[in-house]
Amino acid sequence: MQNNQPEYAIETKNLFIFYGSFAAVSEVNIKIEKQKVTAIIGPSGCGKSTLLRAFNRMNDFVPSSYVTGEILLQGQNLYGKNIDPVEVRRKIGMVFQKPNPFPKSIYENISWGAKINGFKGNMDELVEQSLRGAALWDEVKDKLKKSAYELSGGQQQRLCIARTIAIQPEIILMDEPASALDPISTLRIEELMQELKKNYTIIIVTHNMQQAARVSDYTAMMMLEKDGSRSGTVIEFSETTKIFTNPKDKRTEDYVTGRFG
Amino acid sequence: MNQNHYPQNDSFRRTLSGRYRLANLWQGLFFTALVIAILSLVALLYNVVDGAFGYVAYEYKHAPSEFSAKPLDQLSKSELLELLKTNLSSGAFKKLDNEKPMEKRFKSDLYSLVLERLIQIDTKQTWSLTDSILHAKDIKAEVSQKYPKAKLEFRSWLTPVFLTTPMSSKAEFAGVRTAILGSLWMVGIAILFALPIGTGAAIYLQEYADKNFINRVIQTNINNLAGVPSIVYGMLGLAIFVRTFEGFTSGSMFGVTDSNGRTILSAGLTMGILVLPLIIINAQEAIKAVPDSLRQAAFGVGATRWQTVWHHVLPNALPGILTGSILAVSRAIGETAPLIVVGASTFISVDPSGPFSKFTALPIQIYQWTTRAQSEFHSIAAAAIIVLLILLLTLNATAVLLRNRVQRKY
Repeated sequence: MQNNQPEYAIETKNLFIFYGSFAAVSEVNIKIEKQKVTAIIGPSGCGKSTLLRAFNRMNDFVPSSYVTGEILLQGQNLYGKNIDPVEVRRKIGMVFQKPNPFPKSIYENISWGAKINGFKGNMDELVEQSLRGAALWDEVKDKLKKSAYELSGGQQQRLCIARTIAIQPEIILMDEPASALDPISTLRIEELMQELKKNYTIIIVTHNMQQAARVSDYTAMMMLEKDGSRSGTVIEFSETTKIFTNPKDKRTEDYVTGRFG
Repeated sequence: MNQNHYPQNDSFRRTLSGRYRLANLWQGLFFTALVIAILSLVALLYNVVDGAFGYVAYEYKHAPSEFSAKPLDQLSKSELLELLKTNLSSGAFKKLDNEKPMEKRFKSDLYSLVLERLIQIDTKQTWSLTDSILHAKDIKAEVSQKYPKAKLEFRSWLTPVFLTTPMSSKAEFAGVRTAILGSLWMVGIAILFALPIGTGAAIYLQEYADKNFINRVIQTNINNLAGVPSIVYGMLGLAIFVRTFEGFTSGSMFGVTDSNGRTILSAGLTMGILVLPLIIINAQEAIKAVPDSLRQAAFGVGATRWQTVWHHVLPNALPGILTGSILAVSRAIGETAPLIVVGASTFISVDPSGPFSKFTALPIQIYQWTTRAQSEFHSIAAAAIIVLLILLLTLNATAVLLRNRVQRKY
């Protein structure tokens, strides 16, 4: 990456997300740069999570939801005819709002995803590597056979991150990953994200604007459309520093300066 | 809003005491309801226990000394067999031998045969537990006057022997072994049939089915099926299993020749259909209780729907599914009506030997005994009810224990 031309991990083209006849998200055109952290911010109910879940087709589980437009991963439309959503989720991992480890041992939490995806390498190595990658190894290396539920909330969330990087995705989606955690655990997750972006592209939804300012390189500001359709869209997308210091849109400025939302 | 519309001080306290009065009235009504419920339960238990214990007056038609110098209960198995051989008519002995070869019978069975066929105990009268306790003297006086030769004995009709003896035409020698074995066989077949099918249907409905019109209709009908009177399932079992599939349920397909469609298999399958809606509904609830976050976690690491269900949903729903199945079993064990229709035998003294046997079941036996005129049959019916109740309580307790033990934390 010597040239200045940025490399994109994923991009959306004229993306609309519908629940039945209701367009929850409309007309999103953003390009997410590789190995950067991109934050999606905005008020409650503007479709941040819906947009995030569209990236790995988690919205497929919501009955009556569908998508128009395209999401392109290396030029391939994720909603194309021949694309299997399982394959999409294998390439685009996800960390959820509430830590949700499997009710199994710490070791199995990591190994299960690898096993079902046909991992043929050394499992012990993969588990250690993933736990180290999630900055959890030193805390759990002596109790890999213990239940994941014995860990604290912050540790559980890092275990979920380890579980995600174990299947070596290209992109990691994080849906408010720290909102259920205390400030110290939050800090550790944020530090971890800075580590992870060396190898992965990260897209994070957050309610916390300081967090977005701290961790992200790019920020997408989402807001309900002004036409009263209750449909959310990205009103501004650029470098995080620009969004927070010199926003183009008045609504973005009002939001990030705390005047509403 | 300058004016204060709320009552103050004394008038407030007056309204407050009014509110309490009403509350107390309702509380009293609820308490009464509880007392009525408990009283009916106590009455039921009293009624059962009252019949199962008490005095009994009986006579020997022939003294034991007519047959053997030794006391009967000290005889060995072969001596008992010899006794029967010499004293019974050869026709009667052959008939017994045909039912079940005499050599293969237990010693206790032979002993009761000796009592039944040779000594011929004749029960004159039985008394309930209450009478036996309150009017013991009167009973003794009455017996010595009315039946001077009779022995009076305080008896528990519920004994270990009662559990291990087969059916007999004499109440004193009748037991529930045949009925218990019949019930267990039937319930075993029912659960083998209904558990996999029910769980499968529940998985499909919860995890795969779209929420469309047809599936909603199916769901509603399953819920309604759980409330269909059991006799209707009996008719269904009669039409389908006993008649239509007679070749299968009688075992003639497999070379069994001595039976018709009224077999344990027919009864078990009928019971299986009867508990199927219960199992489906319970399994659905158990599957619903597995949090969505777990499914999302599995999908998030690239699992297919089936891998998610097999590795995460099912293991976590299993305790709930098993609890539901145990409750379904206890329902099946207590059912009587479908068995009457499907054709349980009311009198059978031979243990069921397989799915193609004729059979009887505990509730059938109880029903049959309570309809007899002689009071000693009512006593063994009461004893059999206690057996059934203990069986049911054990099953339900197991279900509760299982549920509490494997509570998931998520």
